[in-house]
Amino acid sequence: MMLPQIAFFFLSAVTLISAVMVITRRNAVHSIIWLIVTLFSVGGIFLTLHAEFLFAVQVILYVGGIMVLFLFVVMLVNLDVALKQAQFNRQWQVALVTALVLMAELGYGIYRGHQGFTLAQVTATPMSGGNTQAVGLALYQDYMLAVEIASVLLLVAMVGAVIMAKRKIE
Amino acid sequence: MFGSYLPILVHFVVVVVVAGAIMGLSAWVGVKRPSREKLSPYECGITPVGDARGRFSISFYLVGMLFILFDVEIAFLFPWAVVYRSLGWFGFIEMFLYIVILLAGYLYIWKKGALDWTR
Amino acid sequence: MATGSNMPLLLLAILAKVGVVLLVLLTTIAYAVWLERKVVARIQSRWGPYLVGPHGLLQPVADALKIFFKEDIVPTEVDRVVYCLAPFLAFSLALLSISVIPFGESVTIGGATIHFQITDLNVGLLFVFAVTSLGVYGVALAGWSSNSKYSLLGGLRSSAQMISYELSLGLGVVGVVMLAGSLSLREIVEHQSGLWNVFVQPVGFLIYFTAAVAETNRVPFDLPEGESELVGGFHTEYSSFKFAMFFMAEYANIVTVSCLATLLFFGGWLGPVFGPPLLRALLPVFWFCLKVFCFLFLYIWIRGTLPRFRYDQLMAFGWKFLLPLGLLNVLVTSLVLAWRST
Repeated sequence: MMLPQIAFFFLSAVTLISAVMVITRRNAVHSIIWLIVTLFSVGGIFLTLHAEFLFAVQVILYVGGIMVLFLFVVMLVNLDVALKQAQFNRQWQVALVTALVLMAELGYGIYRGHQGFTLAQVTATPMSGGNTQAVGLALYQDYMLAVEIASVLLLVAMVGAVIMAKRKIE
Repeated sequence: MFGSYLPILVHFVVVVVVAGAIMGLSAWVGVKRPSREKLSPYECGITPVGDARGRFSISFYLVGMLFILFDVEIAFLFPWAVVYRSLGWFGFIEMFLYIVILLAGYLYIWKKGALDWTR
Repeated sequence: MATGSNMPLLLLAILAKVGVVLLVLLTTIAYAVWLERKVVARIQSRWGPYLVGPHGLLQPVADALKIFFKEDIVPTEVDRVVYCLAPFLAFSLALLSISVIPFGESVTIGGATIHFQITDLNVGLLFVFAVTSLGVYGVALAGWSSNSKYSLLGGLRSSAQMISYELSLGLGVVGVVMLAGSLSLREIVEHQSGLWNVFVQPVGFLIYFTAAVAETNRVPFDLPEGESELVGGFHTEYSSFKFAMFFMAEYANIVTVSCLATLLFFGGWLGPVFGPPLLRALLPVFWFCLKVFCFLFLYIWIRGTLPRFRYDQLMAFGWKFLLPLGLLNVLVTSLVLAWRST
């Protein structure tokens, strides 16, 4: 087996196992640590696709940004109380049925339409001039409108964050 | 590709092994004379009162949220900066609009006092 | 990419390089502490460590041995796993980012090319930032797991400070990236062969350096460990080598940001090169080390001179001054660049 394939299967296994750990831990901070592992290995999968920029951004934004906020929130929850509360997973039968239906739907879709969609092939060699350059050119030449809309989205998020925080204080 | 990331993997493994070994060895070698007072959380010599985890100022969450938003913005800046020379004036106008929109939000949160720590 | 036959050889070469770099880094950390004690002592008209070895030169060794054999106290009611994970994370992440730092020009001796760098990444600069952004976990998890009020407050303050100044840290270097058109640290240095970036991007440098001091929790931004109000901050409950690991991580981070400042703004290994081939090969490394040493000295000098900020001043400075200044710097730099190219 080739090295990239080994890397891919290893990282996928880590992603799946840590994702299971996230939802089975009772201590919320432990869940977050496992979620960090999940996001990190997803970043590793980006690397196997030669998407270096995406890897860096995944680590900086998701692991180094969003998870810190999660941690802030969870750190201040009184965990002793949370640990003693009964787990409310009594609806697991419903969840199981839903998951099975979804799986059947997906399987049917793939069975019927697998000629219709082709999976993108991984480029064997990284793009010339580097991945970041390619991302930059794509973003700021072909998708410039999307970038500007993204900035409006950030503006909305900023306003929303302030309003939410304000309401909680008052 | 893998050629340039393999050294990082090796470096990472070496660092983890070294750090783990030192930490484990030191904990194993050190003397252990535990007592109840020694093992209680430090609180200037008095008996600890209450639990350490409680409610904290909303400012910490707000800083966290604003940090993510500006972090996303900076993540957009890097690919732009890399190809800036080939974009020229077009790239300048694009980023000017982008930053002006964000500055509007920045001024709003400043005016609303979200950047003031003491309120 | 390496084929199957020379894979072990390649791994061995990488291991040797990693070993040398780590050894040098750890020695630098140890003697940076010694240097700090000496210089701060002289600033305060004291002598500093003097007893162990000539001029106290063996003091780091004595300290390391002493701290290694100390009792490792794990207080009751801590979250044991996270409590042990935090110093481990802080220490290993601090040592990780050195892997993309180039120390000198590549030289060819007898057909073999030697790169003074563990690996050259296309996104080297972003890699360093990614690792730096993870550093906040060591602090936050240590503060949370200790189950002590001082630790939690210190950890929270520290992580809020670190994420705030991370923004300015990133903004400060965007101008440099624009000039070089690359995120590879090697290419950024090579681009400065005419003029060092500090002369083109003085504002960017000041933003970067200020943010770097805050990011490493150093004076005057050492609020998290303000001993007069928070005892020791996030590492209040740590003892023995676990404490030492936070300590070493702090100095490793100082070395990293000093290396990065040298590479991004002060031309890295560039400097006058002359003499026989061997000297030619080693002089760039010497220039690099000299510049990094100057930065380390500057750090210590700042510590010996400046008082501490108040926390609200610190946050206001980061959010209301450095951040808009960084954005302005990006806009002005791009305006000038676009003007010049037409």
